Amino acid sequence: MALLEARGLRASYGPTRVLHGIDFAIDEGSITAVLGANGAGKTTTLRALCGMVKTEGDVRFGGARIDGRLTEDIVRLGIAHVPDGRGTFVNLTTEENLRLGAYTRNDRAAVESDLERIFTYFPRLKERLRQQAGTLSGGEQQMLAVSRALMLRPKLLLLDEPSFGLAPLLVRELFEIMRTVNQRERVSILLVEQNAAMALDLANRAYLIETGRVVLSGAADEIRRDDAVRRSYLGY
Amino acid sequence: MTRRASIAVTVLVAIACVLPFVVSNYRTFQLTLVLVYAIALLGLNILTGYNGQISLGHGAFYAIGAYTAAVLMDRLGAPYWATIPAAGAVCLVAGFLFGLPALRLEGLYLALATFALGVSMPQLLKYHHLEKWTGGVQGIVIAKPEPPAFLREAGLQMNSDQWLYFFALAVTVVMFVLGWNLLRGRVGRALIAIRDQHIAAEAMGINSALYKSLAFGVSAMYTGIAGALGAIAVQYVAPDSFTIFLSLVFLVGIVVGGLASISGALYGALFIQFVPNVADEISKAAPWAIFGLFLIGFVYLMPAGVAGAVRTLLVRFTRKGAK
Amino acid sequence: MDAFIHQVLSGLATGGIYASLALALVMIYQVTRLVNFAQGEMAMFSTYIAWSLINAGMGYWPAFLLTVLFALALGVVIERVVIRPVENAPVLAIVVIFIALLVILNSATGWIYSYTIKTFPSPFPKEPLFGNTYISSHELGAIGVTLVVLALLYVFFRFTPLGLAMRAVAQNPESSRLVGIRVGWMLALGWGLAAAVGAVAGMMIAPIVYLDPNMMGGILLYAFAAALLGGIDSPGGAVIGGFVVGVLENVLGAYVIGNDLKLSVALGLIIGVLLVRPSGFFGKVHVTRV
Repeated sequence: MALLEARGLRASYGPTRVLHGIDFAIDEGSITAVLGANGAGKTTTLRALCGMVKTEGDVRFGGARIDGRLTEDIVRLGIAHVPDGRGTFVNLTTEENLRLGAYTRNDRAAVESDLERIFTYFPRLKERLRQQAGTLSGGEQQMLAVSRALMLRPKLLLLDEPSFGLAPLLVRELFEIMRTVNQRERVSILLVEQNAAMALDLANRAYLIETGRVVLSGAADEIRRDDAVRRSYLGY
Repeated sequence: MTRRASIAVTVLVAIACVLPFVVSNYRTFQLTLVLVYAIALLGLNILTGYNGQISLGHGAFYAIGAYTAAVLMDRLGAPYWATIPAAGAVCLVAGFLFGLPALRLEGLYLALATFALGVSMPQLLKYHHLEKWTGGVQGIVIAKPEPPAFLREAGLQMNSDQWLYFFALAVTVVMFVLGWNLLRGRVGRALIAIRDQHIAAEAMGINSALYKSLAFGVSAMYTGIAGALGAIAVQYVAPDSFTIFLSLVFLVGIVVGGLASISGALYGALFIQFVPNVADEISKAAPWAIFGLFLIGFVYLMPAGVAGAVRTLLVRFTRKGAK
Repeated sequence: MDAFIHQVLSGLATGGIYASLALALVMIYQVTRLVNFAQGEMAMFSTYIAWSLINAGMGYWPAFLLTVLFALALGVVIERVVIRPVENAPVLAIVVIFIALLVILNSATGWIYSYTIKTFPSPFPKEPLFGNTYISSHELGAIGVTLVVLALLYVFFRFTPLGLAMRAVAQNPESSRLVGIRVGWMLALGWGLAAAVGAVAGMMIAPIVYLDPNMMGGILLYAFAAALLGGIDSPGGAVIGGFVVGVLENVLGAYVIGNDLKLSVALGLIIGVLLVRPSGFFGKVHVTRV
């Protein structure tokens, strides 16, 4: 059984339908990439999964239906979402942001050890602990956003364009950490990216979305090696 | 106006002319107050319903109009009919002046500022340095106007209450016709445009600042005229008649009657004049609690007020007729 | 000079009460962007509950505590039942609902308790501290209670997870959902806390102005002025604003415009601040997108 399964997922902003029936499945422990051009509906897909937009269709997490539920309830089931724009609490400190990530958890000792592990991935955050989050650099805020999500100890991590606005070196660092988190901590990842090359390098499976529909899906390796697909859909 | 609406209005005015001769003097007095409130509510509706500027302090303009009438009649010996245009003029200026600084306030902040105006009005009226004119806490008593001589000569017998009623009716008709003309034309459309999309409105060349201040002025003028009429009808003005609750009564009136609707002013006036009596019977000491419940009910269930409900019903019936 | 000091200290005492009420207003504004016009009536109603408890024989401080808890529950219930359905409605609808709340509470209180003025006890001794002539024990006690409440709130928001969650919701409701915070209940809790703070303010002012259903009208106005002066989204500003307004009211009333027109001070302040510096002295300037 897949960890997350969507069947006929439709989403609208007000009267405008953006997703026209998307099907996909995410296996436990995998990394899945969702690719596509601007405006294809990638961000909307993630938001639909979290109940942040008006959704129709069947979405199941661990077998239980999550479509139609409140965002905060979906999150409490173990889905962490790093949104488009990062969603940092800019007027709170770095530490407060991180602790909010663990808001729903009761296991205090584990929270502290998770915090330490985050600092091994992103040592710079430890230096900026008492600083107001809004004063961090773009790259640091991205690290903070991902860390906050990891503090939930999620089963599934949703990442919306994590490479956006980051220098290539930082992107590589971030993606390495994602790989580590996936392998070492068994966190499944659903990754929305415009940087198709890097995404396909990290992912196991990929879906290509165009104007609200899935046009292609398969093993990331195969898609990466298929010249025709790369040229016509991914532009490289 | 459609032919159907013209007929309806004519019938209404005809009924209104007959009423004082078939009901008691007290009822006539109550109906006079309905007319007074209708003018006040039309005024508030111009500002809040059509132009979207929330006022929780219109009782203050009513008070200014009322005191203008009282001071002119009692302290300066002016005839009662002259106080109406005078009150209108004073309140037009007062409203416009309040509207100028209010230009910078929106939504809740404007509500807050006007709320403050409404709450502090009684204290301002009681100010002892103005006592010579305002009568301080005691207020001013006004003499009841007599029906004019020419009526008696023409053989028409009527008492003061009935005459007052017809006087108020005449003023009401004039004010409503004026309002109707104003609102259905360019001015009305500009006001509504400013209410709904003020930036787009300005981009289209509507001088938002001018219209908004004028809306305040005209709205205050209407309510001031209503205040003067009301003072003459009640024959008495005192600071504690004009507390914040008066402003809130007006708010109830336009919400129940129907925002952005001329007929709504009339429905609202009927409501605020007669429902407190009903409410009194339901609960001796808490008529306002009933008012409050009505308010909540209308916001949730009938946001377009009685006028909106009537409109919907009419549409449904005429559609049936057309089939 | 003595009289002046007395006016200032007295002003600080009432200022503390304005500060508490202003803080309640700001707390609700921060999470909901709404100005609670019914704040005063909620506080007044709670104070009447306290009066009932004390009249029934309960000691002052137990009654005080119970009333605070009652107010907490009242705030939560009002938010969940009355406010939630209209959270996203147009401004006028929201204002009307607030006004409806105001009049219902005012009227219900008058109906249950009648409009005759009642005295409300003070837990503080009648004799002034050390026999001084500047400030009564109650006024001093009121300042003390205000400061304790403010300190407790500060500790709550700064150092507890729940307080952190509420601050998060005030700043960024969407991100708050993404960390699993039940935003709806945080709003309700915000209302509850604001109501509780208001109840404390009511119980502190009632001994001074006597208990009657209309007692909070003018006080609410001063609280509005204080909140605007300090910045409608700045808790610290609201507190400072409260003390400033309290002192200004007394000093201007005694020396400049006479006690009759004291409410006009509030009116003038409100209009003045809204015109000159709408974000107050400590608030943040808001830019709205078209």
